[in-house]
Amino acid sequence: MKSKLFGPATIAAMATLGLGSLPAMAQSPIKIGFVSTFSGPQAAIGEDMRRSVELAKEHLGGKMGGKPFEIIYEDDTFKPDVGKARSEKLVLQDKVDFIGGYIWSNVLLASLKTVTDEGNTILVSANAGPSQIAGELCNKNFFSTSWNNDQTPMAMGEYLQKKGVKSLYLMAPNYAAGKDMMAGVKRTFKGEIKGEDFTKWPDQLDFSAELAKIRAAKPDGIFIFYPGAHGVQFLTQYAASGLKGQVPLYQVFSIDAITLPQQKDLALGILGAQEWVNDLPNDANKKYVTDFKKKHGTYPSFYGAQSYDAIMLIASAAEALKGDLSNKDKVRAEMKKANFKSVRGDFKFGNNNFPIENFYIQDTVKDAAGMLTLKTVATAVTAAVDPYASKCPMK
Amino acid sequence: MDYLLLQMLNGVQLGLLMFLLAAGLTLTFGIMDLVNLAHGSLYMMGAYIAWTLIGWTDSFVLGAILALPATFLLGIAVEAVVMRRLYARDHLDQVLATFGLILFFNELVRVIWGPAGKSIAVPQFLSHTVDILPGVPYPAYRFAIIAVGAVVAVLLAWLVARTRVGMLIRAGASNRRMIGALGINIELLFSLVFGLGAVFAALAGLMAAPLTSVKIGMGDDILILAFVIIVIGGIGSIKGAFVAAMVVGQIDIVGRAFLPDFLKTFMSSAAASSAAPAISQVLVYVLMAGVLVWRPTGLFGQRN
Repeated sequence: MKSKLFGPATIAAMATLGLGSLPAMAQSPIKIGFVSTFSGPQAAIGEDMRRSVELAKEHLGGKMGGKPFEIIYEDDTFKPDVGKARSEKLVLQDKVDFIGGYIWSNVLLASLKTVTDEGNTILVSANAGPSQIAGELCNKNFFSTSWNNDQTPMAMGEYLQKKGVKSLYLMAPNYAAGKDMMAGVKRTFKGEIKGEDFTKWPDQLDFSAELAKIRAAKPDGIFIFYPGAHGVQFLTQYAASGLKGQVPLYQVFSIDAITLPQQKDLALGILGAQEWVNDLPNDANKKYVTDFKKKHGTYPSFYGAQSYDAIMLIASAAEALKGDLSNKDKVRAEMKKANFKSVRGDFKFGNNNFPIENFYIQDTVKDAAGMLTLKTVATAVTAAVDPYASKCPMK
Repeated sequence: MDYLLLQMLNGVQLGLLMFLLAAGLTLTFGIMDLVNLAHGSLYMMGAYIAWTLIGWTDSFVLGAILALPATFLLGIAVEAVVMRRLYARDHLDQVLATFGLILFFNELVRVIWGPAGKSIAVPQFLSHTVDILPGVPYPAYRFAIIAVGAVVAVLLAWLVARTRVGMLIRAGASNRRMIGALGINIELLFSLVFGLGAVFAALAGLMAAPLTSVKIGMGDDILILAFVIIVIGGIGSIKGAFVAAMVVGQIDIVGRAFLPDFLKTFMSSAAASSAAPAISQVLVYVLMAGVLVWRPTGLFGQRN
């Protein structure tokens, strides 16, 4: 293969281009791959991420460290095997400098090695944070602008513990993230667990059997993790079952700017935990949310905010190195500094390259224009370190 | 006891919804010898068309009723444009072509309605709960699904058993060539059967919509289960589809409601709660395998 690459045709092409190609080489753009779900039932999440990435590009003026950059979007179609194949294509064929994105923990776990082991590509997860990657699978070529899966439910559990909730019934889908979420809430919530159900993922859409079990178990509260479209279904059925008003619901990742237009008033007053809320009072966030709303007429979601941060994190490293990304050790060192204005407020990276950050409790409210949105009501935990950091051998 | 009753009702409701989907599938498979993977797309189209019509008419009932003739026409059109060319082909060609249709419809929905899902609100007059026993509430909307499903099942039984069209359908299911030879307009019969199947699928889709939301690919997951049902019931048999759907509905609920507690009696709680969904998912397939060993043509299938 190697000899073919430098065959006569290549040499002839190089000769034809002559000296003219040298300045063009210097201007060769920084390449960033972005893997997300752009088709199927969860496509709305991918679209929100893409909008935020494009907004980041606009805010950066299309340049990082003086160099132009291009973004290559790839659709994982919500399937781990496809996500891995798309990541492979970005690394081997497009030879991207960075890959961002990844909504789903199972897709990220399938793709991780493909990206990080090649050595020239750095992965920035803009959402998925499986416990394995925070712990023993941690990697110098992996950074996160989100969280480890356990952390958000831990924040929720801590809040419920302080609030004096006596017992909970837990529900989550049966896949990597669902298991982390259940484990997370149980780490901090010390009251009684009246029952827990793992439902089939992603094809179980009917929760009637589980809701009947909850009615029989009579817990003080219900804790759920149903991301994307599943959150809409759960909320609708919870309301229809008559449990709303009897047993309060607490959620992680089940109510966001993408699902709210479908959940409508059913979401009002249901508390959730998150590391970013659209009303966080820092300048970077104000600019991001205002410009996003101006452009698309809706609030951005946390998926979008994390994607925006992923691009800004990459830009900060490129700026510091004046666009020269040839020395990967330097790139990693610059990224580790997290020297940029995050929309969640400044944060530091822990030893496993996951953020050490605050988590907030949010409520669903109506804004001045009557549009449903999320609002910060309390700070659940500050400067939280994920529970797997100690298992990561990196310093 | 209340709990058992609630769970059984849940099973009946799920079973009836599955029956509506399976009825059309078993008719097209049994009578037209057509494997239609795109049946789930008709389920999805029913929900999307209903969403649009409900928006226009501002009434759930009116929108839902109007959606039925609309999907009937859609079914007729799909039959005329695509399916008619597939009858003479073997099953593999049919699977490939109708799989292509799934992709086509998913993309069509994305172009027309966008990638984000839609939601249909539970109609106001059904958004309360009804006490089935004192102190045991059940969602009125799920009752409505049971009622509509039961009425449709009775109507369909009457149509198949007592009418001329039904006679032709039954004749078609047992010997397709013979009724063609007897001078029956088989093309018209096929169009009608396919259109009817589309209406049932759409009815299932639009009734499920307020519970499960309207989204791209919503019919793809449920289609597998519908195929299992028609195989268990016997291909071409409406009665078989009904019985199998009710059994599968109950098994699904039992697997979700009682299996975790049962497993906990001899396993650790964590192991039980992660094993239960996996086992309950397999239960219907075990049932299917069992039925096929006992009766290779299904419970009510034509035996040669």
